[in-house]
Amino acid sequence: MKYSYYPGCSLECNAAAYDVSVKAVADLLGIKLVELEDWNCCGATEYFSQDELTACSVIARNLALVEPELNQLVAPCAACYLNLKKVDHLMGKFPQLGSQVNEALAAGGLSYRPGRVTVRHMLDVIVDDLGETAVRDKVSRPLAGLRFAPYYGCQVVRPLDNGDSPEYPTKMDRLLSWLGAEVVDYPVKAHCCGGHMTQISEPQAFELIRRLLQSAAEYEADMIVCMCPMCQLNLDGYQARVNKHFNTNFRLPIMYFTQILGLAFGIEPKKLGFGKELVAAMPVVKAKLNGAMASSG
Amino acid sequence: MSGKTTLKKGTFIERVIASTPGGERLVHCIQCGTCGGSCPSGADMDHTPRAIINMIRAGEREQVLSSNMLWACVSCYFCTSRCPQEIPITDIIYTCKRFSIAEKAYKETDAVALAQTFTGYVDKYGRSFEFGLATGYHLLNRPLKMMAMGPMGMAMFSRGRMALTPSKIKNIGQLQAIIKKARQIGAQQHAGR
Amino acid sequence: MAEKVGIYVCHCGSNIAGTVDCEEVARWAGQNIRDVAVARDYKFMCSSLGQQLIEDDIKKEGLTRVVVAACSPHLHEKTFRRACQNAGLNPYLCHMTNVREHVSWVNNDKKAGTEKVKSLVSAAAERVKHQQPLEPFFVKVNPATLVIGGGIAGLQATLELADAGYPVYLVEREPSIGGHMAQFDKTFPTLDCSACILTPKMSEVGQHENVTMFTYSELEEVSGSVGSFKVKIRKRARYVDYDKCTGCGICVEKCPRKVVDDDFEAGLGYRKAIYTPFPQAVPRVPVIDTANCTYFQSGKCKVCSKVCPTDAVRYDQQDEIVELEVGNIVLATGWKLFDCKRLPNYGFGRLANVYTNLEFERLCNAAGPTNGKIVLRDGKTEPQRVAIIHCVGSRDSRYNSFCSAVCCMAAMKFGHLVLEKTNAEVYSFYIDMRPNQKDYEEFYQRLLEEGMHFVRGRVAEVTDAARRPEEQGKLIVQYEDTLLGEQKRLPVDMVILMGAMEPQADAKEMGLKCGISCSMAGWFTERHPKLDPVATMTDGVFVAGVCQGPKDIPAAVAQGAAAAARISGMITNGKVMIEPIVASIDEESCSGCRVCNNMCPYNAIEFDETKNVSRVITAMCKGCGTCVAACPCDAISGAHFKNEQIYAEIEGILWDAQPAAAATEGGR
Repeated sequence: MKYSYYPGCSLECNAAAYDVSVKAVADLLGIKLVELEDWNCCGATEYFSQDELTACSVIARNLALVEPELNQLVAPCAACYLNLKKVDHLMGKFPQLGSQVNEALAAGGLSYRPGRVTVRHMLDVIVDDLGETAVRDKVSRPLAGLRFAPYYGCQVVRPLDNGDSPEYPTKMDRLLSWLGAEVVDYPVKAHCCGGHMTQISEPQAFELIRRLLQSAAEYEADMIVCMCPMCQLNLDGYQARVNKHFNTNFRLPIMYFTQILGLAFGIEPKKLGFGKELVAAMPVVKAKLNGAMASSG
Repeated sequence: MSGKTTLKKGTFIERVIASTPGGERLVHCIQCGTCGGSCPSGADMDHTPRAIINMIRAGEREQVLSSNMLWACVSCYFCTSRCPQEIPITDIIYTCKRFSIAEKAYKETDAVALAQTFTGYVDKYGRSFEFGLATGYHLLNRPLKMMAMGPMGMAMFSRGRMALTPSKIKNIGQLQAIIKKARQIGAQQHAGR
Repeated sequence: MAEKVGIYVCHCGSNIAGTVDCEEVARWAGQNIRDVAVARDYKFMCSSLGQQLIEDDIKKEGLTRVVVAACSPHLHEKTFRRACQNAGLNPYLCHMTNVREHVSWVNNDKKAGTEKVKSLVSAAAERVKHQQPLEPFFVKVNPATLVIGGGIAGLQATLELADAGYPVYLVEREPSIGGHMAQFDKTFPTLDCSACILTPKMSEVGQHENVTMFTYSELEEVSGSVGSFKVKIRKRARYVDYDKCTGCGICVEKCPRKVVDDDFEAGLGYRKAIYTPFPQAVPRVPVIDTANCTYFQSGKCKVCSKVCPTDAVRYDQQDEIVELEVGNIVLATGWKLFDCKRLPNYGFGRLANVYTNLEFERLCNAAGPTNGKIVLRDGKTEPQRVAIIHCVGSRDSRYNSFCSAVCCMAAMKFGHLVLEKTNAEVYSFYIDMRPNQKDYEEFYQRLLEEGMHFVRGRVAEVTDAARRPEEQGKLIVQYEDTLLGEQKRLPVDMVILMGAMEPQADAKEMGLKCGISCSMAGWFTERHPKLDPVATMTDGVFVAGVCQGPKDIPAAVAQGAAAAARISGMITNGKVMIEPIVASIDEESCSGCRVCNNMCPYNAIEFDETKNVSRVITAMCKGCGTCVAACPCDAISGAHFKNEQIYAEIEGILWDAQPAAAATEGGR
């Protein structure tokens, strides 16, 4: 199985833990990820707020760079995933926009035919393309005893269809259950983390973050498992400030699903980027998994 | 039923629809309020998304483009995904944001500065630059907040989660040529309207 | 001798003339089409003056053919054929071409529209010259009627016909007649007890000397046509001898197997593995649910058989096919409830105290699982606050665009019952209140007086994710009060979803069996939405009740009665006219290959063994043309659709085509 890989800017640095764990897990599962040569930033939501055609063209450059024989492009970041998929979708559905984007691409000697590339999220690749047996076969350190709150956020499940419910998605629930872990079915798993609002209006963002932490805590989750660098940054990086703001005492590690997958596959936590999170995960992992973690110190 | 709708050229609603892919669904709004009820930022908005849609229909251009609602939107797409009339509400909000920036109608928000700082890095390097964003944007817009950010920034930094220099793509010339051309087409289209 | 053709172009007020230059078409036709004796345009051809024009021209000008360019032949073909007949011209020498639905209504370009109408008129004129006089024939109307569906609409139709003295066969899929109305507690706006007004009709039907009921049965197949349909009914095995069973109910009482009743009790209550759906069921004869019966699943038990005093249990009973002959068919197949799980943001199926409207009907029904006590899913707690959400799956372009028409009133009925039976507060979340029938607005006023809260806003989500202490342990309804323009949250104990009425899952299939079509939304299509609401495009097939579109009980009853009235008229008349547009086989050319015998979808071709030729049974032929196309010997022709008529029509429509193509092929 071979895919084109679009890490996105966050995974270069802030979400390096996501990048290393995606690669480690892919390697073990026999998924070959070929990084897209000279990819550029997807513009997040910021370009669309200013100039739609430029936003689409900047994104389309990446689609155009995908090699012909690798028509599946995997993006682990939810914002990148949606932007890439949305531009492919818009260019196909609105031919006038499509031809304008191609006109802009032509200035860089590129072109893109909508539909040529299928944009995928890493979660979909693992759950839909590999499936239960392939994942279960690799589990060497079952995670029984740990309670996970799978957190989907917005942009993978909405507004474009990824084969899961936009309200109550279950793909990550299933994946985590294959690892032997307990999965809590809490109601806000596809609600918003606040996105870039932590940069603009903290009270507004902190309230959204609080709702998520509170619900996961009420359902007695040991940690929240996410699939987007923005969600991770907001819930993890800002957790201390949210606690201060609301006088609460949440201590929920926020981990990428690939880190958890790697943990179950027996990969050494350090190699999965454990320790980069601000709310440390290892104490709870060690406490809940007892002997299973003894070897990895 | 898809009856033909005739909207007067140049009216606010027609401009919004013409500038939003799939925007023609806007005329089907039955003002049910699902969007307004769904919005995670609903409590912080001067007008709900539903009200904004109705204001677009009523031609209340200034009120729409100066509403803080546009900048409170977090792009969660709940309104779009739940709308019983399949109106691309989030995308309509993006369109209004663009109009608001173009006409400098926005009030009391740092969102525009953030967006411009962000895309400035993309234009220059082809990649976003979190440290630059965190410092540049905050220094410019909210130096006091920088202080509060301090401990968190340090924690991020010590864990290797913040780079001090931006990375740059190799073929930045190609990206810049594409961006230049896209802006040119956009400007022509705007002039043609 | 050349024919003398009259051309009449109708303006249809501005319907056609708005986008077609009718005057120009008439002028052009008079000058350019061969054999045209008269070409006129007129404001309304269907008016008596318009018809008079045709009649006068036939008499004075000696017209031998007539073309009317107007609306759809569905509407006025009969009108113009009658005008020709009045003037002594065979009605089948008149041809209509549809320039309204096919041109003016679907086009804004007057020039292009006018050109298209010229082509259509030319085609009609060339065709009509090849048409031949035909004589319609008549068939007797079998006085028996088949009614499919034993809900209130079907029951009404059945009783009206049976009371008029005509035999009725009533087919019902469920073990008992009664339909959805049997599940309800009260009916709006009068709040009279649903069972009290329904069960007398049910028992009347059950005992009527002119009614034969087939419950737990389904329509298998229909053949024939108006006046003389042949139908096959599948009587599903009940595993109980219908004639021996006295309906004493001992078997049900003693049956050790209890299962959740997803049908009549909407999942809220239980039934036994041998059951009648409810106490007043008609007939009282139970059925065995083999999927849940211990004997059928494991070969042991037989308690029902042992306790039956009349030895009526038959484990080896098989489905039975019954063949019937009827003159007319009424489809009254009703509706099904929208699957509320399709809107996961409302939590149905995940949050215990979110109910569907049908569940709530059972919950507040005195004969229901809680004896009419309005309590939460735990079976004991009375709600303090109830939210009712309108338009769940209705007025939603992703599921059903239509308004289900009854939910506003049903929601208010629920509100009244909650206020009457509990101390709870009731909130209705509506998009638009539509209490638009007799005494409905007054009911709305009554509920306002009773203190029901009405909030204008479609609920965004129902959640158990509490944000504030007062929300803990509650269901929280999140919405925008659109009249205030504010987002709000309301903690409640119970939520009722007003799920949409949807077409039955097999409506399309049922329509196909009877030769009628469904609308985009899936409801059966009536012959005319205003002027012929219970007839269909297939003569002898009528529709009544919700299967034609969402409606309340009074409207369903009115349609059942209307369908019965239409059928009574036909039976009284005794005969119906059949269009002579049928196939015929030239015995000289027929090779006796019998290909057509199996092709005919209406079983209208028989084989004559002695002569070794096939023959069309005219009364059963629908003129579909399948056999004409299939015959390898060109021995079959379809009246009114003969090859030369079609070719002439094609040549007519191509009047302005360049002959170059033909020339390069070396001439035809």
